Amino acid sequence: METYYHPGDLPKFAEVGAGNKELWEKFQTYYAAVFAEGALTEREKALIALGVAHAVQCPYCIDAYSQACLEKGSNIEEMTEAVHVACALRGGASLVHGVQMRNVVEKLSM
Amino acid sequence: MKCICDRQTDRGQARDPLTRPAPAEESAGAGHPLPQGGEGRCPLATATMELGLETRASPLAKTSEQLRILGQANGIPPFEEKMRTAGLDPLRAIGITVFQINVGKLCNQTCHHCHVDAGPDRKEVMTRETAELCIRALAKTEIPNVDVTGGAPELNPNFRWLVEQAVALGRHVMDRCNLSVLLLTGQADLADFLAQNRVEVIASLPYYREAQTDAQRGDGVFTKSISALRKLNELGYGQPESGLVLNLVHNPVGAFLPPTQQAIEAQFRRELEWRHGVVFNNLYTITNMPIGRFLEFLRASGNYDGYMRRLVNAFNPVAAAGVMCRTIISVGWDGALYDCDFNQMLGLPLGFGSLQHVREFDAALLDERRIATRNHCYGCTAGTGSSCGGSIT
Repeated sequence: METYYHPGDLPKFAEVGAGNKELWEKFQTYYAAVFAEGALTEREKALIALGVAHAVQCPYCIDAYSQACLEKGSNIEEMTEAVHVACALRGGASLVHGVQMRNVVEKLSM
Repeated sequence: MKCICDRQTDRGQARDPLTRPAPAEESAGAGHPLPQGGEGRCPLATATMELGLETRASPLAKTSEQLRILGQANGIPPFEEKMRTAGLDPLRAIGITVFQINVGKLCNQTCHHCHVDAGPDRKEVMTRETAELCIRALAKTEIPNVDVTGGAPELNPNFRWLVEQAVALGRHVMDRCNLSVLLLTGQADLADFLAQNRVEVIASLPYYREAQTDAQRGDGVFTKSISALRKLNELGYGQPESGLVLNLVHNPVGAFLPPTQQAIEAQFRRELEWRHGVVFNNLYTITNMPIGRFLEFLRASGNYDGYMRRLVNAFNPVAAAGVMCRTIISVGWDGALYDCDFNQMLGLPLGFGSLQHVREFDAALLDERRIATRNHCYGCTAGTGSSCGGSIT
């Protein structure tokens, strides 16, 4: 079945660099630096990435960072909590706009 | 043919089926008839245990079938080709520092990832005669380390004799322990024996959580493992200044690579001490080899191609230069010699004109031998590398 997303496309990610090698290399260098051990461990960064992957709903990122989390030593309980953090933020982001709704209602109402 | 488990089923005795077997001369003929042709199972196996490849007569019980699968291209370059690019073909030994003895396939567990296909129903056990040949071979050398593995090596009736002889020769002895064996009724004095002989215990514990550990090693194994670790800690194992070394082995519970050793060791230390009051010396990370029951899992779960690609893409030339087969010799339960325990389980004997049996062991002839490799070797060269002593780089 034709879909926009193909699992086989993930390993082709580097082909994006063909259109602008310089920008691709800068991105790669930056990306590697971001995920290197720093004030946060590689494991913690992978868990953040997993949460963000769910927030931005990127199937490639979910695929990559589910495996990365396991390979950094995380477990399903920790990964599920990371997804719930993403869920809470997305839900909270919707809900907090309820204040705007209330502002409008308050202004319009008698 | 009788099972070596020494369970006297014909008399209906209530003896614990996993007690330490009696000395060889007493136990000969004491076992029950073995099931033939995969039609039955050894009564040692509990209801929750799964049967191994051999007992199920799985096609993968044949090493030729495993080698055939490993040889299938699937876009994966042959291991030798990859080693050539790293300037490491042909791979050669650089002197033996570890004499590894696999005393047999008998085990009280049936772990899902086991490359040995070990279990309670296996009958391959090293005899006293072969154990004596091992000690005789060892005595002719100055190889400093003896690594005893299995199965559960402690269930071999000659295990303690082997350990005592190797210690008497002044060698450092390591026991690859599944932990639960320390709790068996007939093994109540095993931990004391190991401590008295200053044996280094290398204990399998894939994860610090129950769910993951039991998923790989069987229901209830985590709880038993923690009890056994506490027992070892009480004897001084893993405690600072005791000199009794307790190292743990982590391997992934699934089709992925292990974390960096340093990072996961810190997690284990924190979690085991905080949750269970357990301490240890070091943690070794070991990559699952795509052979034996783990190969079966990979194929049944549709992960084989992806896992092999993962291993190949993570090929590390530095790890490849330090693979353990360059410094180890592996002896099988029947005395046959191999480059490593994985080759042993694939039936890949020392090749290229080298010696074949421990009775003709000559370290000088083996020190620079050419090593037999196949595509499973990608498991030792991926990422930070993998060996019986953990990560390589």
